[in-house]
Amino acid sequence: MSPYLALLRARFRLLLHYRAAALAGIATQIGFGLILTSAFAAFYGSDQVSRQMLPLSLPNLMTYLWLGQALLGLLPWRMDGEVKAMVTSGGLAYELLRPVDLYGLWFSRAIALRTAPVLLRAIPLLILAGWLFGLSLPPSIEAAGLWTVGLAGAVALSAACTVLMSISLLWTLSGEGVQFAMPAFASFFSGHLLPLALFPDWAGRMIALLPFRGLMDTPHRLWIGTLEGAEAWGAIAHQWVWVALLVVVGRFLLSRGLTRVVIQGG
Amino acid sequence: MPPRNPARQTKPVSHSDVGAFRLYVRYVAISWRAQLQYRASFLLQCLGTGMITAGEFLVIVALFGRFKTLDGWTLPEICVFYGTVNLAWSIAEALARGFDDFGSLVKSGDFDRILLRPRSTVLQVLGREFTLRRVGRFALGVMVLTWGWTDLELGWDGARLLLVGFAVAGGVALFIGLLVLQATLAFWTVESLEVMNILTYGGVTTTQYPITIYPSRLRHFFTAVIPLACVAYFPIVAVLGHPDPLGTAVVWQCLSPTVGFLFFGLSLLVWRMGVRHYSSTGS
Amino acid sequence: MPQISVRHLAKAFRVTERSPGFWGTLRGLASRTTRTVRALDDVSFDLEHGELVGYIGPNGAGKSTTVKIMAGILVPDRGECVVNGRIPWKERAAHVAEIGVVFGQRTQLWWDLPVIESFELLRDIYRIPSTAYVRRRDELIAILRLEDLLDVPVRQLSLGQRMRCDLAAALLHAPTLLFLDEPTIGLDAPSKLSVREFIRRLNREQGVTVILTTHDMDDMEALCSRVMVIARGKLLSDGRLSDLRSRFGRERWLTIDLLNPDEPVRVEDFQARLVLRDGGRVRLAFDPDRVRPEQLIAALTARHAVNDLFVEHPPIEEIIAQIYQREGIAP
Repeated sequence: MSPYLALLRARFRLLLHYRAAALAGIATQIGFGLILTSAFAAFYGSDQVSRQMLPLSLPNLMTYLWLGQALLGLLPWRMDGEVKAMVTSGGLAYELLRPVDLYGLWFSRAIALRTAPVLLRAIPLLILAGWLFGLSLPPSIEAAGLWTVGLAGAVALSAACTVLMSISLLWTLSGEGVQFAMPAFASFFSGHLLPLALFPDWAGRMIALLPFRGLMDTPHRLWIGTLEGAEAWGAIAHQWVWVALLVVVGRFLLSRGLTRVVIQGG
Repeated sequence: MPPRNPARQTKPVSHSDVGAFRLYVRYVAISWRAQLQYRASFLLQCLGTGMITAGEFLVIVALFGRFKTLDGWTLPEICVFYGTVNLAWSIAEALARGFDDFGSLVKSGDFDRILLRPRSTVLQVLGREFTLRRVGRFALGVMVLTWGWTDLELGWDGARLLLVGFAVAGGVALFIGLLVLQATLAFWTVESLEVMNILTYGGVTTTQYPITIYPSRLRHFFTAVIPLACVAYFPIVAVLGHPDPLGTAVVWQCLSPTVGFLFFGLSLLVWRMGVRHYSSTGS
Repeated sequence: MPQISVRHLAKAFRVTERSPGFWGTLRGLASRTTRTVRALDDVSFDLEHGELVGYIGPNGAGKSTTVKIMAGILVPDRGECVVNGRIPWKERAAHVAEIGVVFGQRTQLWWDLPVIESFELLRDIYRIPSTAYVRRRDELIAILRLEDLLDVPVRQLSLGQRMRCDLAAALLHAPTLLFLDEPTIGLDAPSKLSVREFIRRLNREQGVTVILTTHDMDDMEALCSRVMVIARGKLLSDGRLSDLRSRFGRERWLTIDLLNPDEPVRVEDFQARLVLRDGGRVRLAFDPDRVRPEQLIAALTARHAVNDLFVEHPPIEEIIAQIYQREGIAP
């Protein structure tokens, strides 16, 4: 088994231990989902005129919001705690001694970190939301297929952001600048707080250029089927262009950072 | 052999007895100094949480940009609700950070140390940290409230200001009560405290809008179970001079923040039960 | 009246068991098994003012459960415990104002504060009158040699320095009873010696009653006149260290260095038991009532060429290990 796979397995096992946390997470997300959907529904209900011209219908909005709750853990909320502990305690030297590529190692850790809790929470949440709270299934097999492709892109994008946060530790040690800016940007610009379609049009167009929509808005819209055909593939390409860019930048910064650490003897 | 014991011989001197309030002030001073020791990190955290809060508010502005009205309520009116609730929550979060973060204290076993000191457990836990890092939410709350207030031309009306102050105070008490309950839960489990976020953060999100916009079950929950409506919706309706679509009397609207203090008292009783449970299981 | 009186103390805990491995974890998602552990099972003892008692036992034997009950932060299931005339958990605040507790692994000082400010905060917490505080503080600073540490933030102290400061912190309010939990753990040799010396002086000169839980048998030998041994929640032995020795440690050890490191030694010929064989070094345990040391030495040297030899008491670890072994407990 490759070292990356072994690492993934070990981390999954660890994360599965937190069953109470997973149940609590599901309950929390349902609570928030109910509050959010009620508030949005109230806006939709109060102004019938504007509603006609909206790019996102109410049923689609409900599905969008519940998907956001289910896949909440996918957002790069925080960096990998163990990597942080390792860098701040100076244990990085051991990591460098292992015969594996450090970026690859951190990237696979980040994928496990982002997906394991989501798997535990998302599947029950999607079932519950579909059954009770107005989440609809993808309108077609094609949309469902595109969604899985988009989800893969979102995972890769989130992992790349997470690793970037870890790398920032090599400069600031506490890593707090990036650590606090990332969740703010990610939750706002991904469409998690407000679907990008509901932003003022000029803002929506600008935000669409940023990488963050690939985390939430792209997969959600693939699911509800408002991204189709060439447009869909364009959004998926947008995800992977950003993944490639972030990986290249990450690798460059990591090698620069490591030289720094080695020179300083940290 | 009787122990030689200088402190005990001179014990009954009352003037050097440090009362609970003075001790709390000392705790706060220490906590502030500790936070400011790492200045860069402190500023970045303030900035980060400030950005998240600002993002949340921008969502409301954007929604009003699309919809013009929320069930008959205007943006400046929403701003008064939003400002009051966020002000109360930010103050409570700052004061009761020690309770918010209580799970770690139980997990590490450091709660034993608190029990080993001859002071009230509540005072000591409150004294752990008075966090300044959420100053962004506080500032935004003040700004949004002020903007809504001036836009509605509510003016320097003493009774109105008093009622808003009362609502904020009751809200602080209620939110601290929620954080105390959350901490009490930590005596049983430290893994699932996240659930309480529905009540705290979720409560803030809910009651920053007038509760009339919600389905009745949600409305009843935040009125009767977690009485956040009593420190937000009811008093603010009176402040705005808006007739209550729910048809409550003005007297009730003005007195309802009292419920927040009652809730806080109740949470202290539950806390005592939790401490008793902890001392019988030691875990 | 004894300062501490413990009668028939019992305490049980429920613990959750987790199955190992990936599938065990998945099964754990569905169900959990719990089992009851008797941490204390009918423990009784008295402690007089001014005693210095060692409390030893393997991990999980019930040491810390006993200490927590005596300190007032844990309520027992059954039994009585009276400390300084009070039931600790019933009058927590009054009780803890008169005791001091030091955990070797955890500090009670404020991490980011200079030491002296932690002391001042403790003065306020314990409501120590200022004159008494100043006298006591200066006394402790002098004995523990803390002058140079007072302005240093706690996080910058070495482990030994921190322990000295923690000892002072636990004693500022002049408690008559001090609980020490592994006070020398992780310390370097000079720090260990100075901590031990301080505990001895505190006990002798100020009459403070000290209860010391430790794994370090040197602490025990250096400090404690009385030792209580606990295992599986039961008190196995309670008495003077010398009594413990004479009950369980009548054996002596004879260590010889053979000239020829490969030479076999037939231990059974000498009415002795082999403890250790390491090259030329042979250690025999014998009972002086059955075979006298000079006879043993004569018989040995008659048959083997010996470089060096000496007779000694087995160390206390050995005695404790024997007690555990007799009780069928892995230490």
